[in-house]
Amino acid sequence: MNDFLAMGGYAQYVWPSYGLACMVLIWNIWSALRTHREAKARAERALAMAAADTAARKI
Amino acid sequence: MGTWTWFHKLSSPPHFYRIAGKMIPWFAIPAALCLAYGLYAGLVLAPADYQQGDAFRIIYVHAPAAWLSLMCYTVMAVAAAVGLVWRIKLAHALAAATAPIGASFAFLCLATGSIWGRPMWGTWWTWDARLTSQLILLFLYLGYMALRSAYDDLSKADRASAVLAIVGIVNVPIIHFSVTWWNSLHQGSTVIRRGGPAMPPSMLIPLLVCFLGFTLLYAALASIRVRAEVLRRERHASWLSQWSGRAGRAE
Repeated sequence: MNDFLAMGGYAQYVWPSYGLACMVLIWNIWSALRTHREAKARAERALAMAAADTAARKI
Repeated sequence: MGTWTWFHKLSSPPHFYRIAGKMIPWFAIPAALCLAYGLYAGLVLAPADYQQGDAFRIIYVHAPAAWLSLMCYTVMAVAAAVGLVWRIKLAHALAAATAPIGASFAFLCLATGSIWGRPMWGTWWTWDARLTSQLILLFLYLGYMALRSAYDDLSKADRASAVLAIVGIVNVPIIHFSVTWWNSLHQGSTVIRRGGPAMPPSMLIPLLVCFLGFTLLYAALASIRVRAEVLRRERHASWLSQWSGRAGRAE
């Protein structure tokens, strides 16, 4: 196990590379989901406002 | 249903939004499996390189990141061109959705390459053709996104940024061939080269699985992001109200 972690003396290069890769993958997933959630919330607000507008005009 | 009808239907925003949503798990689950196996095999199962020792294992994140950064740029530029020429909003949406993904992988490619270069070349960075053109790729992505955000009007942003994306495509073949055209510290192609891959299967297969995993992940991420772009462009469209009744529960 220690041999594996040591990466033949290249641990200080191999593990940060994989760590960085994990961070980029996680950021991508988080950011994509957040972007979609925000766009959906904005679209729903716009729709609600449009509906309220139509209702107000009827009165 | 004929191909054309199918294609025509797909190009309508509500259909596209729904189908893109349904596709996400079909991309995301195989992507997760490929990445789990590929990265595990790259770290554990593949033998150490006879020259580079275990440092070569960085290739399993570095090369797929490089591939994705180039593939994303090509997708972005082609989609932008299609959007510009045929005035297809969905094509612009795909281009805009792809940019941040490509930028993040261009960054990952540069960062892991820099970490790899330190023990192999004795330097974190050198102004060599491959490294410089890849850095320009990152700047093209950042410029594209900055240009988009400078416009309030989405259709103006689409058109202006499309021109930048199309002009920047010249950099893609430059990156790919830079190691052949110029004397470079960077090693030549390992996988796509004359005479077949320069790797035994025990090293190559995990790498190919990583390539596939990264590509599938792009498909999943782009599906999510392109739906957000469609919503931004269709904010006032009537089809949205179909799911607004179930407010907050839309897929």
